Amino acid sequence: MALSARDIEVGQTFSAIVVEDLKRTQIVQYAGASGDYNPLHSDEVFATQVARYPSVFAHGMLTMGMTSRMVTDLVGDGRLASFGGRFTSQVFPGDDLTTVATVDAIREEASEQLVELSLHTRNQDGVEVFAGYATARLDP
Amino acid sequence: MHKADRGVTFNGMAAMRFPIEAGHVMMFARSIGDPNPVYFDETYARASEVGAIIAPPTFVQASAQFDDEYPLRPKIGAAWFGSGRETTGVKRSSGGSGGSGSGTGLHAEQHYTYHRPLRVGDVLTATTRPGERWEKVGRRAGKLVFAETITEFRDEHGELVVTARGVGVRTERVVEA
Repeated sequence: MALSARDIEVGQTFSAIVVEDLKRTQIVQYAGASGDYNPLHSDEVFATQVARYPSVFAHGMLTMGMTSRMVTDLVGDGRLASFGGRFTSQVFPGDDLTTVATVDAIREEASEQLVELSLHTRNQDGVEVFAGYATARLDP
Repeated sequence: MHKADRGVTFNGMAAMRFPIEAGHVMMFARSIGDPNPVYFDETYARASEVGAIIAPPTFVQASAQFDDEYPLRPKIGAAWFGSGRETTGVKRSSGGSGGSGSGTGLHAEQHYTYHRPLRVGDVLTATTRPGERWEKVGRRAGKLVFAETITEFRDEHGELVVTARGVGVRTERVVEA
């Protein structure tokens, strides 16, 4: 169920909620799966009393991983040519995140149709937490 | 992994072996909240366009699990900076808030280039090299030092599967949130 070049046009946007009320347990799940056990993400005592953050916060890579779901749901499985971006603000437990993907370009390269998307993931206050892009192969 | 698995050289650099395992991919997909069956259901995946269980786009980040020297995992017998009886297991002579800056810095950017889908059963070899370094002066954090790391993940045939470029930042002062 990949995206077809016929179904999209430049400037079109797609939006999806990627997490609602992020739980500390999900951050722990990500720590366990990814292997990044930095206590800033799972140890409330350390995060607040030693590092002086308001609470634990999500790995940037968890935000990027949640964003990736929206992208692969849109373009299809195994279609990505590139995916990247910057972590622009921290994500805390309780946050709701929404990703908006905008079609920046549709182009042909080596007889393949590619879509270039810009990606913005924002929290419930409209603060951007991830600013990125993806390129994916389209069906003709 | 055992020490014996390390020390393979690839283009003259130390290389790390990273087997793509079904249970690991399933747990990773769950952790990012992605219920797509292509990440765990073999029957579904086989009938799909990719033809096999694949890994989510950011999965190579979990290669940290196979890195003996990875600093953000507690090691048996070694001090760990998270809390236990005390708020941190590593006392810093300077006192104050050593936390986020304690030798790890923060992740500023991540970029991936995909050469083909990453499938369960692949055994990758990861080689990492430093990229660019640059500095900026921030208003709140003082001097910011950015450093790029480029990791190439190759399959058993030496073919590139994923290229990862990460950017880390270290701050002079802890940024109060």
